[in-house]
Amino acid sequence: MSEETLQVFINGVLNYFQHTSDKDVKVGSPYLIENTKPASFDFTGIIGVSGPYRGTVYFTAPKALMTHLLLSIGEDDISVDHILDLVGEVANTISGNARSEFGQEFMISVPVVIEGSPNHIHLPKELRSYVIPVYWKAYSAAVVICLEH
Amino acid sequence: MSAPLKMLIVDDSNVIRRKIDRGHDRSLFTVVGSANNGADAVAKFKELDPDVVTMDITMPNMDGIECIGRLMEIKPQAKILVISALSDKATGIEALERGAQGFLCKPFDDEKLSNALKELVENSHV
Repeated sequence: MSEETLQVFINGVLNYFQHTSDKDVKVGSPYLIENTKPASFDFTGIIGVSGPYRGTVYFTAPKALMTHLLLSIGEDDISVDHILDLVGEVANTISGNARSEFGQEFMISVPVVIEGSPNHIHLPKELRSYVIPVYWKAYSAAVVICLEH
Repeated sequence: MSAPLKMLIVDDSNVIRRKIDRGHDRSLFTVVGSANNGADAVAKFKELDPDVVTMDITMPNMDGIECIGRLMEIKPQAKILVISALSDKATGIEALERGAQGFLCKPFDDEKLSNALKELVENSHV
């Protein structure tokens, strides 16, 4: 995956958090991991990608970050249902925004959301994923990209 | 001063539906209902007869693009603001060709939402 492709998703992350009440977001240097051990926190929103790019993009974050994120967008119902809804929406927004660069052929699914075990994230074992660390307030999260082109 | 316009909110995310409900200008719009997919939106549209619709694109059970076409067949004078993360030009053009009058890209804040909705009705004759 090219540096330019990764930058598209980094821009998506920055753009998302800059529309919250706490705009101070940082991303770390992307790194590669084996798909046999998917990176995940407490909640994960997963987007399937098809077309010239094929694979998965997901956003994963701890419960504390998601709770704070809900509050920061003005939502006072911080139930698990809303956390799952929002983690899917973050993944959808970051992936959808990538179409500004990749075009309409970068086709994305509706989000699949999960709580807990990373075993539910099915990634091709023969591929590796790029992890983009996300730092927002005192929390860490990640955008994980596993795409073939 | 004219009565607030009736608005239907369509998005598969409850968090986003609630955000739109909180963020719009209440002197201009009254939310009469919401739907979490395109098929539900068509049913609610027939039932509630809104003047304005906010429309997501990526949804299960009929996406927003198809839904816009269905709504335009029912009430061509309705005003539709697409609110979507799909930021490519082709999707925006397709939505406009189906009958939408405005496009707001996610993520958005209350100010952007209010401005987009205000522009939608100022540029039309709802």
